[in-house]
Amino acid sequence: MKNLDTKTSINWLKYASPKTFYPLAGKLIPWCVVSAVVLIVYGLYIGLFVAPTDFQQGEGYRIIFVHVPAAWFSMFLYLLMAMYAGLGLVLNARLSYMMATAIAPTGAMFTLVALVTGSLWGKPMWGAWWVWDARLTSELILLFLYIGYFSLQAAIDDKNRADKASAVLALVGAVNVPIIYFSVKWWNTLHQGASVSLMKAPAMATVMLKGMLVMAIGFWLYSIAVILIRVRCEILERDSKAAMFNLGL
Amino acid sequence: MQWHSVNEFLAMGGYAFYVWGSFGITFGCMAFELWLLKKRSQRIAQAVKQEAF
Amino acid sequence: MPETKLTQDLGTFSVLYRILARDIKVALRRQSDVTAVFFFFIIASSLFPLGSGADPKLLSTMAPSVLWVTALLSCMLSLSRMYSSDYADGTLEQIMLSNQPTVLIVLMKILAHWVLSGLPLVFVAPFIGLQFNLSSAELQILAVSLLMGTLALSLIGSIGAALTLGIRGTGVLIAILVLPLYIPVLVFGAGAVNAVSIGMSPNGALTLLGAVLAMALVFAPLASAAALKIALE
Repeated sequence: MKNLDTKTSINWLKYASPKTFYPLAGKLIPWCVVSAVVLIVYGLYIGLFVAPTDFQQGEGYRIIFVHVPAAWFSMFLYLLMAMYAGLGLVLNARLSYMMATAIAPTGAMFTLVALVTGSLWGKPMWGAWWVWDARLTSELILLFLYIGYFSLQAAIDDKNRADKASAVLALVGAVNVPIIYFSVKWWNTLHQGASVSLMKAPAMATVMLKGMLVMAIGFWLYSIAVILIRVRCEILERDSKAAMFNLGL
Repeated sequence: MQWHSVNEFLAMGGYAFYVWGSFGITFGCMAFELWLLKKRSQRIAQAVKQEAF
Repeated sequence: MPETKLTQDLGTFSVLYRILARDIKVALRRQSDVTAVFFFFIIASSLFPLGSGADPKLLSTMAPSVLWVTALLSCMLSLSRMYSSDYADGTLEQIMLSNQPTVLIVLMKILAHWVLSGLPLVFVAPFIGLQFNLSSAELQILAVSLLMGTLALSLIGSIGAALTLGIRGTGVLIAILVLPLYIPVLVFGAGAVNAVSIGMSPNGALTLLGAVLAMALVFAPLASAAALKIALE
């Protein structure tokens, strides 16, 4: 009798089910954590030991090695969250919505870090804890968008409706991010003038760029790990039968 | 290596508060996030065990 | 065979016009809701001078921002009303089940909201602006910017109203959702008046405001319709 089962390629579609995604995520997490630690340590080494003192800003500029990657990810994660939200709405896939929900806290965390480190960088450089620089202001508004997402989810009891409504909100927010950035930039040039735009980091030495990139990749792997851990929690919380199965009970 | 002593490294050319403050906040937040998730997983595990038995 | 009134198929425009007219009529029955927004604008904008002193120069400098922000908050206060009364008595579901495209129904409701909450502000703001020592050129641009801006605010606000339909404690929640999205409208609207104050042309800001309005006209009804469908599931 011929063996008719000749499937050798992975059926990716089955991972769209939370129940099967759970163990896959579990396998990925340790790899991400380890590589994240390695890269972040390496990035710190470059940023604190290899990169030379800056001519204009002395040692204070080293903040960019955490500030810039955090800012990049605050925005990237918002877009990723919006992508999963859109995917959820189009495919009506529960796991997509769960991924969007899992991404949000990490994105908001990086936004907060970007704002605080931005302030700590601004105080010695500009002399003020807060300046209405186009980027900082847009970052602040991004934090508000994250807060809106959390608030809406928290306010709706029905999980189905919460998923879909917050997905719509995430998409509306994502479309607005470039508009908001542009409007703030326009407002900024009208009211602040050139003095504040000095903050455009001066032509960057290769070493500094390398340090930022390494840290950024480290942050990316950290984010993946944290998001996967969080989505696993989400999967367990939503379906107790799946939870028992996955926890081996 | 450009740091001539540990003290010089820690002083960060006078910007110690800002530089170490920034790194502290960044990794502090990341550690806090991980800690929160750990607590959440523990809570779930407890709740599921209770339901199973 | 002559068509009787019963079998006559109502054209789309006729139906939409009826929705618009009905919404305005129904809202006018609860007059206090409509006038409350109006009076809030007047009272709240008077708070700022009381909080900061009556120096005419200071007042005219802060007037564009004060008047715009107060107008923005006034519009926002009335947002939860947009769909809630129809939702409460089941009318909204009935309307959505009809043949008419939801997007157009939503657009009519937004227009009704704007006519009653936004448009009055356009007329009263120049008078309040006099209290703030604004020149007539500034007052004109204030009115024009508010005309376009309040419509944009109603459009964008309807997304928040639709998303939070039926949820308890929506007042603050709508604010959290919608205020970040309002920022471009505020920046360009107040910016236009500010431009006139410093002697520049307001055309740049007004054009950008127009662009935001155009985008809102296209996308906001879509997003609101999607949100309404989710809320009514």
